[in-house]
Amino acid sequence: MSRNRTERLVNLVICLLSTRRFLTAAQIVATVPGYEHNAEDPREHEAFQRKFERDKAELRDLGVPLETGTASVFDTEPGYRIARRDYALPDVHLEPDETAAVGIAARLWQHAGLAAAATSGLLKLRAAGVDVDVHATLGVEPVVTVDPAFPALQTAARERQEVRFDYRTPEDDAAQTRRLQPWGVVSWRGRWYVVGHDLDREATRSFRLSRVVGAVTTVGEPGAFHSPPDTDLISHVARWSGPVEHPNRATLLVRPGRAAGVRRWAEEVVPGPDGDRVVISYSEPDAFARWVVGYGADVVVLAPDDARKATIARLRDLVDALDGAAAHPETVGGATAPVGAGTQL
Amino acid sequence: MSASTTESRSGGERLGRLLNLVPYLLARPGILVTEAAADLGVSERQLREDLELLWVCGLPGYGPGDLIDMAFDGDRVTITYDAGIDRPLRLTQDEALALVVALRMLAQVPGVQNREAIERALAKIESAAGDAAAGLPVAVRMPGAGAERLAELQGAVQRRHALQLTYYTATRDEVTERVVDPMRVVVAGGFAYLEAWCRRVEAVRLFRVDRIDSCVELEEPAEPPPEAQQHDVSEGVFKPSEELPLVTLRIGRWARWITEYYPCERVIEESPDRWLVSLRASDLDWARRMVLGLGPEVTVVAPEALVEAVRVEAGQALAAYGRMEPT
Repeated sequence: MSRNRTERLVNLVICLLSTRRFLTAAQIVATVPGYEHNAEDPREHEAFQRKFERDKAELRDLGVPLETGTASVFDTEPGYRIARRDYALPDVHLEPDETAAVGIAARLWQHAGLAAAATSGLLKLRAAGVDVDVHATLGVEPVVTVDPAFPALQTAARERQEVRFDYRTPEDDAAQTRRLQPWGVVSWRGRWYVVGHDLDREATRSFRLSRVVGAVTTVGEPGAFHSPPDTDLISHVARWSGPVEHPNRATLLVRPGRAAGVRRWAEEVVPGPDGDRVVISYSEPDAFARWVVGYGADVVVLAPDDARKATIARLRDLVDALDGAAAHPETVGGATAPVGAGTQL
Repeated sequence: MSASTTESRSGGERLGRLLNLVPYLLARPGILVTEAAADLGVSERQLREDLELLWVCGLPGYGPGDLIDMAFDGDRVTITYDAGIDRPLRLTQDEALALVVALRMLAQVPGVQNREAIERALAKIESAAGDAAAGLPVAVRMPGAGAERLAELQGAVQRRHALQLTYYTATRDEVTERVVDPMRVVVAGGFAYLEAWCRRVEAVRLFRVDRIDSCVELEEPAEPPPEAQQHDVSEGVFKPSEELPLVTLRIGRWARWITEYYPCERVIEESPDRWLVSLRASDLDWARRMVLGLGPEVTVVAPEALVEAVRVEAGQALAAYGRMEPT
């Protein structure tokens, strides 16, 4: 933007802030330097109109609330003004510890676009007289970042506009198009989700933002739906993730000095001639077996029977699968697999 | 993005800065130009150009007394007439979103100090942002467990005390004792980490907080050496390096989740039932434990040493049961 244009726009803002009356385009031309032209010449007038449209768009992009209206019922041409109460950031009085928190929060963003927004927001607070200590620290720094789908879904939830996006979980063979009335976006245990009403499933669903493939598109008009009142967005994502209960106890035989990852959960360790007897609590036998099998021959489940049987079954499946793979290496990739895909690596 | 868009963006940036510059200076009469420039993130030269431009702007009439006016006293500047732009612009939706979401995240960090101050700040920013922050459809919850341990660690960071840690290293499946110089606590990807200079390995390490089995704050001061640099964790905490062994696995559908959980260098969807996945393992023993844990859904393609290690270990594990109850 040229210096002239910047100057013209600053003057336009000052002019429209200072007026209570709506000023028509003609009145603005007569007042603000930089809009002079011969209104009788259609070409010049058209050039002015384009320039004025661009300037208005620029101000709106910046968040300047340009009001449109007419000064009286006899006016036919629309006029413009800026209401001070809509323009100005209200007074903000922050205590030093609050200021420190805002300063820290503003530099946590790892997402380029929102990092820039946080910085410019902070500048406005500074302009409001808040002195931000940029070196303040709380000794803790959450990494604040979002997935690419975040801005579109957040805006759609806010505008209550229906969205469509392609979605693929690792277990799916292809992405599926989902239609959603988004209620909000949730960060839970380091991942972002969108929660809303799934129009195809006709039920509340949540989707992990990292699994959205490509762009999110909006469908229809804003204000198309209402999210249920008092929706606790987090509860829709977190309801499967409560604390895991460990009501059962197993006794394991652990080789001396091995399987530290098992020992650190031990409730009891009794050394013996053939290894340490370790008592540990667990939730259910199959998940427990999967965990124990990772430690191979270092850990043997002695009791109870269900955990022991589940572990043996898991090991047997594993050995069978390995024997099968070793006996028929050429069929491992399946009949349709590209031959030699593995050898390129 | 076309050149003209870039230009108009930076132009819009300057316009925004100019409109906020007047109230900024108004709140700080007699501020050093250099100090203001540093605070606003621009060069001193740029700031002087901004001031020059503002000097010729003002109220209609544009005579002396209408134009923005300022007094210079050496390297200091004071606004003496503001022409009505005495307040900064309201926060835009993006600005409100960025500040509010980051504050909500900060307030949600388990065991964070000054949570009450963060929440007060959040309330004030939300109220100042008005419509821009109203009904923001974004909720945040951080990992909830281990708040006490986190508070302990943050305390040590702030008091600059060394820590004695009992730490479980998952990649080597061992628990070790070490003295570290804490640098900061980071929460990323659903886990909290202590970043510290480890005196045992003489390097900066990220210690996952749920793997710290015990910690004792020492009297001696934390003194990370000058070469101790913080990791950039914005792209994830584990950054696979080329020096680490590359492990190639063939996985079934129900093990596909590992492609989302571990950073993979390569995923080839051979057929719906078989994907070929390559990832860096920090240690082959760790890879053996991971593969065994994943069970029959996974077979190792390479390296050969891992193929063999998994086969031998699985065979021995099964044999251990056979020995105890011959059938």
